Order: sequence, then C-alpha cells, then structure tokens
Amino acid sequence: MPKLKLWIDEQEIEVEEGTTVLEAARGIGIDIPTLCYLKDLNAPAACRVCLVQVEDRPTMDCSCVLPVSEGMRVLTHTPAVLEARKEMIELLLSDHPFECLTCERNLNCELQRLAKRYGIRDLQFSGSRNHFPIDDLSPSVVREPDKCIRCRRCLAVCEYYQAVGIYRMVERSFNAIVGPAYNGSLMETPCIYCGQCITVCPTGALHEQDSTARVWEALRDPELHVVVQTAPSIRCSIGEEFGYPVGTPVAGQMIAALRRLGFDRVFDDCFGADVTVMEEATELLERFERGGPFPQFTSCCPSWVRFCELFYPELNENLSEVKSPQQVFGVLAKTYYAQEAGLDPERIFVVSIMPCVSKKYELLRPEMNDSGRRDVDAELTTREFAQMLFQAGIDLRKLPEEDFDAPMGRASGAGIIFGSTGGVMEAALRTAYEWVTGEELKDVEFPQVRSDKYKDAEIPMGDLRLKVAVARGTGEARRLIEALKKGQKEYHFVEVMACPAGCVGGGGQPIYIETNDWNEQVAHRSRRSGGLYQLDRQMEHRQSHKNPAVIRLYRDFLGHPGSEKAHRLLHTGYHSRRLYAPEPLPKKEHKQRVPLR
Amino acid sequence: MSTLLGELTRERVRPETEHRLLVCGGIPCSSKGCREVKESLDDELRRRGIAAEIPVEIVGCIGDCSLGPAIIVYPEGILYQKLTPDDARTIVREHLVGGRVVEALLHRDPRSDEILRQRETMPFYCGQTRLVLRNCGVISAHIDDYLKYRGYAALARALTEMSPQEVIGEVKASGLRGRGGGGFPTGRKWKLVRETPADEKFVICNADEGDPGAFMDRNILEGDPHSIIEGMLIAGYATGARRGYIYVRAEYPIAVHRCREAIRQARRKKLLGENILEKGFSFDLEIRTGAGAFVCGEETALISSLHGTRGDPEPRPPFPAQKGLWGKPTLINNVETLANIPLIILHGAGRFVELGPEGSPGTKVFALAGKVRHTGLVEVPLGTTLRQIIYDIGGGIPGDKRFKAAQTGGPSGGCLGEESLDRPMDYDSLRRAGSIIGSGGLIVMDEDSCMVDLARFYLDFNQDESCGKCTPCRIGSKRMLELLQGITGGRGEEGDLERLEQLALLMKNSSLCGLGRTAPNPLLSTLRIFRDEYLAHIRERRCPAGACRALSRQQGSTEEGTRAEAETVDR
Repeated sequence: MPKLKLWIDEQEIEVEEGTTVLEAARGIGIDIPTLCYLKDLNAPAACRVCLVQVEDRPTMDCSCVLPVSEGMRVLTHTPAVLEARKEMIELLLSDHPFECLTCERNLNCELQRLAKRYGIRDLQFSGSRNHFPIDDLSPSVVREPDKCIRCRRCLAVCEYYQAVGIYRMVERSFNAIVGPAYNGSLMETPCIYCGQCITVCPTGALHEQDSTARVWEALRDPELHVVVQTAPSIRCSIGEEFGYPVGTPVAGQMIAALRRLGFDRVFDDCFGADVTVMEEATELLERFERGGPFPQFTSCCPSWVRFCELFYPELNENLSEVKSPQQVFGVLAKTYYAQEAGLDPERIFVVSIMPCVSKKYELLRPEMNDSGRRDVDAELTTREFAQMLFQAGIDLRKLPEEDFDAPMGRASGAGIIFGSTGGVMEAALRTAYEWVTGEELKDVEFPQVRSDKYKDAEIPMGDLRLKVAVARGTGEARRLIEALKKGQKEYHFVEVMACPAGCVGGGGQPIYIETNDWNEQVAHRSRRSGGLYQLDRQMEHRQSHKNPAVIRLYRDFLGHPGSEKAHRLLHTGYHSRRLYAPEPLPKKEHKQRVPLR
Repeated sequence: MSTLLGELTRERVRPETEHRLLVCGGIPCSSKGCREVKESLDDELRRRGIAAEIPVEIVGCIGDCSLGPAIIVYPEGILYQKLTPDDARTIVREHLVGGRVVEALLHRDPRSDEILRQRETMPFYCGQTRLVLRNCGVISAHIDDYLKYRGYAALARALTEMSPQEVIGEVKASGLRGRGGGGFPTGRKWKLVRETPADEKFVICNADEGDPGAFMDRNILEGDPHSIIEGMLIAGYATGARRGYIYVRAEYPIAVHRCREAIRQARRKKLLGENILEKGFSFDLEIRTGAGAFVCGEETALISSLHGTRGDPEPRPPFPAQKGLWGKPTLINNVETLANIPLIILHGAGRFVELGPEGSPGTKVFALAGKVRHTGLVEVPLGTTLRQIIYDIGGGIPGDKRFKAAQTGGPSGGCLGEESLDRPMDYDSLRRAGSIIGSGGLIVMDEDSCMVDLARFYLDFNQDESCGKCTPCRIGSKRMLELLQGITGGRGEEGDLERLEQLALLMKNSSLCGLGRTAPNPLLSTLRIFRDEYLAHIRERRCPAGACRALSRQQGSTEEGTRAEAETVDR
C-alpha cells in the first residue's frame, strides 16, 4: 500500500492509503469521539459525532468513513467542530429518556460518557420524544427502543457476524428505529438469543431479562435447598467487574462469594461439562459404528442449536443429542444429587451462572424437564451475578479462596476449557482418543484446535483420521454448512459456539466499552480464555473420563456412558422451527414503564 | 450499412397533412376530465365511421395547465381549451367533418381579448424555447413518431462518427449541468465513469421525481420516452456501460407503461440489445420502480433501493461514478439531463452554448405554479429573468396582487424576493441569491402568502421524507419543525430564530446526504429576506399575510385573544 502525506491539526503524518481520517488521527494520539462506529463491523456514518473539518471542503465530514487523501489538511477540534459535536449529542439526548439512574447501563453507557466528555449541562433543543413499547416477551433479550440511538451496531453484528439478520431500520424520519420486522417482538423472529446485540449496544436499549429477583427470592426461602452451578468461563470474567485484569482466574474467591450470598451448595458446571464429554464422545463413536450421519455437531450452545433448528432443520440429526452442560447438571442435581443428599427434588432450586443470555431460553425449553420438573430454575449472567454481589456488599477482592462442594463440584481440566472456543472439541478429543486407541495420551493438549480463527484439523487416532473443525459465530457456521453442502468440506466432528471466542465472549459477559474496534473487542474477550487454559494446566485430572466424581456418577447412578438411564436423563431431541412464529414458551405480560418525572 | 442506420442519418421533413388529435394527459388535465373528453371524441368518430382515419392519442402535458382539458388538432395545430365531452362532439362535427374551426372553444387572451388559435401564438408558448419538451404534446410516444422527428439520429451519429471520448468531449464542451438539482457538470461525471476501470458499468436514469409540484420528468417520460432511451444509449456508449436502469417512481403508472412500451419498441427495431446499428455496441435497459420515498432520488439511496434494500443513503466517497450499483462504476443522470443529450450530439455543443449565460448553458424546464395566471411546464433558456417567466409567460399574478416571493428548487431550494425579479435564473446566480435551480420547481407567491408558513410547509415535507439514518436530519429537522409550528401556532419565543439558525447550520454542515444538507434552505432564505415577518409572528403574535389561522392579521391584537385562537388550531 502506498503511503499518503497529510496534516491533522497541523501535524504532518504519513499513513497508508485507505486509512480513515479517524484511524490516522488516533495514530497520533488524537481521540475523535465516536458512537455508532465499530471498526471492521459497523460504519454507517449515522450518528455524526466524529465530525472533522477538512480544509477546502464546504461541509464537515465524518472521520470514521472519510479516507485520507494526499495533501489533505484536517482540523479535528476547531470551535465549530466542537460545537457541532456537542449539538449532535444534545440532539440525541433530546430524544432520549433521562432514566440514567435506573438504567441497566448506568455508568457503563457510551452516550452517557460522551455527554460527560462534552460537558453537556443543559439541552439547547428539546421537543417531543419517541415512545415505543418495551419488548420483554423474549425469554432472553429485552429491547427498550426508547433508549436506541439508531447506531445499527445490533443490526451489523446480527447480520454480518451472526448471519441471522433479525434487525432492520423500520419506519422513517423521526420515528425511524432499529428493530425486528414491523418493530414487533423478538419473540416473533428467528432471534437466536445469543445476546451479541447486547454486548455491542452503546446504551441500555438492549439488555438481558433480569433474573436476580427470582434468585434472591429463592435464597430467602427457608424451604428451598438452593444449589448453584457456575459455567467454566465465569471464574475468568467475573473478576473484571471487580477491577481484576481481564482473564484473571478468581475461582476461589468466586466460590467464597457464592457461599456468602447464601447458596446451600456451590457446584461446578464443569462437572456437567465432563459428563457431556462422556456422552458426546460415546455418541461420536456410535456414529462411527452406525456409519453416521456426519459430521456430528456439538450442542452445548443453545443459540447454535436454535440457529440450526431455524435455518438448517435438516441437520437436526447431526446435532449431538446430548444436552448442554447446564441441562446435564440441572437434571443430575435433581436426580443424582437429590438421591445422594437425601433431598426431595421438589425442594431443590437450581441456579446457573452463565456467560450467556440464551441459557435463559434453553432452560425454558419444554423438553428440559427430565427430572420430572424444570431441571434448571433460574439463570444469571455474569453481569447479574456481579450485580447481586454489589447489592450484598461482597467484594471479591477481599475474600479467601474456597473450594467447590462435592460431589458435583469436582471437575477435570477438560470441563474447564469448555468456556473457550475449541475447548469442547479438545475436551472430547482428550477422551475419544484414549477410548479409540486404548493408549494413554502423553500430552493431553490439542493446540491444533485452539485458535481465535476458523480452524480445522485431522487428528490421527489409530486407524482413524478424525477430521474436525471449530467455528465460532453462526455466520462462520453458516459458511461452514454451505461448504459442507457443496461437498467442499468433509468433517466427522464440528464444534460451533455462537459467540466470538466462545463462551468467554458470550452475550452475558461483562460489557467492555473501552474500544470501538470490533476485532479489539473480540481480542479482549479472547483474553479471558488464557485464564481457563492456565487453570486446566493446574488440574490434577485433565480428562473427563479420569475425573473421579464422574467415574463415581456412572458407577453409582448412570451405569455406563450411553446407558438407557443416561439417554433418558441426559439426551434430548430437536425440532424444526418456523422463522417468524412465536415460541410456545410461558407467556408474560408487557412491563409498564413507570414515569419517573 | 444497416438500412435503419441509413434512414437515421438522412435529413427528413415530416409531412403533416392528415388529421390527428392529441389530448393533453398532464396531471391537471387528467383531474379535470381529459379521459372523458377522449372517450367522447372516440365515440363520435366511431359513430361517424371515421375513427380509422383520425387517430386520437393522449400525450404528455402540452403546456398551459390553466387551459385544461385541452386538445390540439393537427395538421392545423388548433388548440381547443376547457373542454367538456359535449364540446368534443362539437369539434368532431364542426371541425373534423365540416372543416370549420370552433371559435367558441378557442383561447381568448384575457389582456388583449384576442382569439388565439394556435398554441404557438399564445404568450405562454411564444416566450418559451422548447428543446427538451420539443416532442411533448407534439408527437405520440410511439417510436415511429419519434423516428419521424429525427429520433435516434444522434445515436447514429455518435456510433458512426464519434469515439466514446469524442462524445464525452462534446458533452463537456456543451457545459451541460445536471438538471436534477445538483447542477454537477454532466461531462465530468461521464468522464469519471469512463476512466474508472471495471469489468462492468451501469447507466441509471434517475426518474424518481419527488419535488412537490415538479413534473417535468414525468412529462418527458410520458410524452417523449424515446429521447431518454436515446440519451441513455449515448451515455452507455460514452462511458462503456452495457446495461441501464430507469428508476422511476411507481406513482407514475403512465410513465412506467410508456417507458416499458418504448423499450419494447426499441428492442424490436434493434436499437436496444446486441450490436446496435451493427456497430458492435450493445446496450439494454430495464425499468425499476421505486416506492415513492423522496430520499431515493439521492444517488446513493437510489442505489440502495436498486440493490433491493431500504433506500438509505450511504456516505460518499466512494462516489457512485467510482463504486455504485453492485460496487461498479455507475453513471446516474436525471431525466431532463438525458433528454438534452441527443440534441447536443445532433446539433453540436456549439449550438447548445449559444443558449443561456456562461456557466449555465442550455434551457431549463420550470414547473410554474402558485399565484400566477398561466401555470404549467415552462422551458426557457437559463438566464431568463424571473420577471420574464412570471409576467411575460405566466401572464402575471391574478387579481393584480403584488409579487412577494418565488420559491425555486423545491424543498431543497430557497426563496427569491422582489429584489430578485430581474435576476437571471441560472445555476450560479441563484446560488449567490441563496437558492438553487434544483429540479425546476417554481412557485410564485403574492402578498397573501405567509413566508413562515411556507418554510414550515417545506420543512414538514423534508422532515417527513428524512430516512432517519443520521442524527441531524432525524432529530434536527424535527426540532426545527417543532419550533416553526410553535411560531405559526402563536407560541413563538424570543430566541427561537437563533435556535432555528443554529440547527439549520448544523444540518447543512453535518447531514449525511443532500436531503438533510439542503433541508434548511427554505427556512434560511425566507429568514434572510423576511425576518420581520418571523418577528411579527413571535413578538406581536401577528401573521402579516393573514395566512396563519392561529394568529391575527391586524396589528395590536390582544395577547389573550391570540392565545385562545392558537389553542383551537394547535396541531
């Protein structure tokens, strides 16, 4: 790429052709504010906050989309530019509900931050405001369109990253809004509830269904025995909410905090993950005996499962019929654990803490009742978990390290890496390899399947060469499926996670607003994986089938992997779903917005 | 040499001896019942057994809308006005059968009381220079008629005598500027598309005419669709495009129908398709209809719409000439611009620049409307003064009221006051006066028109047509409209004008596309010329023109009375 010379605020610089003025300015330490922009994902030039003045141009330009040109002279903070940016923010605020104090994103909002940065103290312009109903009918995602600033990031992530595309601009002029078809409910769309739209929303227009009240209620109820399972990735992301560097493992403090919140038993979802590996590896080997169908897709991710059911129902047979770790854990908690502990399963309340908003949907699926009642009662995202700790005044940093409870708190390293992309694949390989070859692995790590890019590999297992692939994001999954259909690719086993970097980048994880570069955003989330692999290396057992608690479970309760009982409790089936039809889930009433002023 | 090519390059004079009836099918004539008049003519001709000899055709607007429903009888060129179905039977009986012109149905000039038999003798027409509208109301939309009038001769000339570069050179030399509103030099646009390397290029005719009151594009498409096809063919040859689209609004069903027919006829004559005129040039056309969003006239929004997505504008650069339809270099020209092309190629740029002042050569069609005697499409050389258009051609203001202002350029344009009556109407002169030629809307206002209400009307239009993508246009225009509604509704406050100016400047400076950038123009120009009128609304709760119902006309009305009135009509 040839270099071009230009001046930004009188500073002479040389940058590659094709660079935007915004990036060029950032390169020399000038931070032009943005709002709708998310580099490499979304640049509609819609918010008009990143204005600059280029000499000899009649109007101002949005620096986020303006390519540099030779000899260009850019001024980024003339009084007129600063005034225009300020007025732009004021206009946005004039159509925004002033509910910052009661907003989900209070103190973590990009609009709020901009208002502070530009010293907005009063609005010069005011007038009528848009009022749209709150959509809280979906089990996972709540939309508050009044807080939408029409940045289209949700649209971009859904359309281009996830290849689902439920969001569009609807209506026009002052009433234009980003929303699903006819500005209806997410419930009536092929939304896969991945919650990526939540993680990129600059304001509180999108957030998860709040389950904290339900959990507080359960904790308060003396009749209930409340057990909690924590997903693998939580131990490496909850720390962020308490000021730890990203990816710091804080499992010990997290467990202590959960005890202090009042949970009767603190269990590990990685135990559920280990059981999932046992069943899923067994299923894979059975497919080899039966001759397919291949590839076998993982089914741990409810958004991916839903994506498949919606868009590729013909592949339902290819989805592993083993439930996700959350549901495996849930059903075992109310059967196996109830039996072990001598508890009435009706009195057991299972809470899961997940990096995910889709798990709220998954636990409501009608088939997730194999214990005779709802297997998992409530799910909290990492953010909701942090919220509860804040409410209770529990500071993670001041807590001692504690350990999970037995029996369902004992996990292997394989269960822990489930939280990272490629982790489910690697965990399955660690077990399948030994089962197929009968040899013990010297090195249990499979770096071939670890990557933050699309990855495929051939794993030699005795006579068998297992062809595997790992995809994250349903967009990547869609491309993979299309390639499979065209016969361009052939695999035996494919892991798909709907979120970038896997569960560490899930829709329920802490929201990171310090960057407006999508790749940097994904990289930030990937860093959480580092902690998981670190924990894995410290584990005594690193393979699911060598986890003594798992061995005991099969010896005392399930029999063997793939047994009739295991099938009844741990396996499930899939449906073909219509794209635009309401789900048969428990009905809810629309929440009424309480006027605050 | 192909026989058609031989025919096209020969000079011909059209023999006009047979009877032929042209019924004006413009919008006002249609709403006044031109269809019933045509049916009556058909009936009567059939009844007398002469329907086969005398064709009756509905054509595009023939001009003066105040005369409708109107017909022209050829070969004499007699214009009959304000007809009823009964009148139509009289014309057949007296004129076509009896050979006597029906004096009672002719136009009488109100000033001289003189009877004017032919269109060409009327002041409304003789003041005009009809080049772009040369065929409108003169021939039918059929290709045979167009060919009789040297149709496709310019294409033949371009393909046989000129290289693509020479065609572009000729268009550049003509100084033709975009007639759709922007006024960008057409030749430069063509050159840019020609010089952008790509495996595929496109030509788009922008027929998404959306300015309220402007209908010149519709008229050309309905009255002379082949001139557009010919212009697009020449543009395709010059730029290297092999494929073209006419993007026309679905609200123009007759235009859509005529264009479709015209394309079919041109294909049959092998003037569209492969190896046109056996010169190795291939080009074909399709029609795409838009759903009537004003913003789709903006080039990037139009392309979004052609892509099948919502018609939202995109940031520029890249310009459509570099990266347009399907990411390929794309030439987008307006209907009227394209209609000029055959003339320029046929008669040469030299003849073209003789018309109009330096920098704005050629003619422009204005849609003359408002407080003026004769309304309709008026084509004059650029540089004609406002006074000439309003008084000489338009016949002045009815009731001899005083001229107050003229709005040019539609919702993106501005107002010209009395001091501009002798200002030449051309691109640069109007820009200096704070307005634009735009697509040619021209609305005349007299002393009864309220300038604040005018600004409110246009802002209401722009606000409603905003796509809502960018902040200044979505929210800024709403806030401006609310302020203006407050002022016309008797709730204006000190500081409102300053806030309006601040928002107007912001919109101009920072909106994403042309719609938002020009939306404040009507406000800014009226505010500059008629600030006192705004202040009277705010400080005295008075509308000097008496148009704002919430306000009184007289000076010194009581505050309370105005308030009460304001509440009753509050929107």
